[in-house]
Amino acid sequence: MSTLRTEEMTLNMGPQHPSTHGVLRFVVRADGEVMREAIPDVGYLHRSIEKIAEKVGYHGFMPYTDRVDYVCAMFTNQGWGMACEKLAGIEVPKRGEYCRVIAAEFNRIASHLLSAGTMGMDIGAMTPFTHAIREREMINDLIEELCGARLTFNYMRIGGVGWDLPPGWREKALAYLEHFEPILDEYNALLSFNKIYVERLANIGIITPEEAIDYNLVGPNLRACGIKWDIRKDIPYSAYQDFDFDVPVGAGEWGKLGDSMDRYMVRIREMKESVKILRQALHNLPSGAVLAKVPRNFKPPAGECQIRVESARGDMGWYVVSDGTGYPWRVHVRTGSFAAMGIIQKLSAGLMIADLVTLIASLDVIAPEIDR
Amino acid sequence: MEPLAIYKRLKDKFGDRILEIAEAKPDPFAVIDPKSIVEVGRYMRDDAELAMDCLSNESGVDHKDCIEVVYHLFSYKLRHGAVLKVKLPRENPSVAALEVVWKSANWMEREIFDLLGVNFEGHSDLRRILMPEDWPGHPLRKDFVEPLEYHGISTVRESPIIRLGGKKK
Repeated sequence: MSTLRTEEMTLNMGPQHPSTHGVLRFVVRADGEVMREAIPDVGYLHRSIEKIAEKVGYHGFMPYTDRVDYVCAMFTNQGWGMACEKLAGIEVPKRGEYCRVIAAEFNRIASHLLSAGTMGMDIGAMTPFTHAIREREMINDLIEELCGARLTFNYMRIGGVGWDLPPGWREKALAYLEHFEPILDEYNALLSFNKIYVERLANIGIITPEEAIDYNLVGPNLRACGIKWDIRKDIPYSAYQDFDFDVPVGAGEWGKLGDSMDRYMVRIREMKESVKILRQALHNLPSGAVLAKVPRNFKPPAGECQIRVESARGDMGWYVVSDGTGYPWRVHVRTGSFAAMGIIQKLSAGLMIADLVTLIASLDVIAPEIDR
Repeated sequence: MEPLAIYKRLKDKFGDRILEIAEAKPDPFAVIDPKSIVEVGRYMRDDAELAMDCLSNESGVDHKDCIEVVYHLFSYKLRHGAVLKVKLPRENPSVAALEVVWKSANWMEREIFDLLGVNFEGHSDLRRILMPEDWPGHPLRKDFVEPLEYHGISTVRESPIIRLGGKKK
């Protein structure tokens, strides 16, 4: 009998793969089912958005920012708006800030729902995905009524938001929140505390707090490591200082601190906090204008600034350099997914191939946000 | 600590190697001698009063007369931030990689290498990250000219209005 050959395999996962959340590719070196390492290969969705910014001007760039992260485009809108406002020293009217918060928090719930749904689907639980998408659809409908688009919103403007809430929208939104909160508990009962599900997620891809900071992980990925840091709370922007909400952090309840289950649960709990913020914002909506007076030919003074927004994928940094003309000299977006991808190669060593899928889903990476 | 106080502390420690402290609005910054960036970075990370444990952003800017690499540092421990810059010549820009100080520099430096052509000395894996490996030039340079085609794929498109026989406005 000939001897069994044992050697290291090189496998190619992606770019078209149902569980890589967009066009992503991994080159996996594996010994049987155990990975030596998974090397991420990104760039398939690079659309040179930063270069486009230099060509289209400040107002013209707003619709392009939607494409940076089409799953939570409100935050990219807001980031760009805030960077320009900081450069030119524009104050957004109070009602405009509230509209921004409302739109953004709805978007955060939608994004986390997609993440939670695909998390289940990626490891083989198909049904919860349909539940999550059903709820997300309703948010999409609400946002469609608000701004006419379901994914690439282009709702915000430099200096505020494009339109006020339509008549009757506030009541609809409040009714949706009433409906949504019990659904979240149902979703937890259906998926989150399922024994098989917990076992697939707990103790997979453990990230220590020091590593998380060293690799610049942000948002839920960072908070899952037990670090209580949320831009909305710690460097308050927009109208977030007006609201009372908690920042959920991971505690290693199901396994070690900073594992995939912690990251998943932080997102689930954040949705509850978003509901809290939304209720307060919708009830206390101030009156007034929603858009500051901004010249059509917008020329911020020469200078540069960086702003940070807490997007659904965490702290998104916009670095903008202006030379005083109508076109930005340089725009750079540092996104949460880009940082999260950088740590996968390190975490993958020693994982099973099937757990790579868990790891990617739990970090909630979105390909267009990595490549821009 | 306020950014300007941080830069003053750096100036006291490194003297001439801090080339400039700009009180620019809205974000002030400090320009560092490119040769000392790793040393300054290490000091900022390890010093108890600065404790910059995170390199939150690194980006490159082509300023036509020079290329700037901009570092946005942040301290989760003390909750303050700082902006450092190094100015490099446009011909063969090169600066030491900061991966030895902050791991997050790895991917961000690959991006700057890819899009602006800055060489990071001592980088563990300096490959293109966003553009194809055989792409000519560095797209975020101001003098970059996009090739008309790439492997037989046209990068320009005739306006559909002209194609349909209409006049372009």
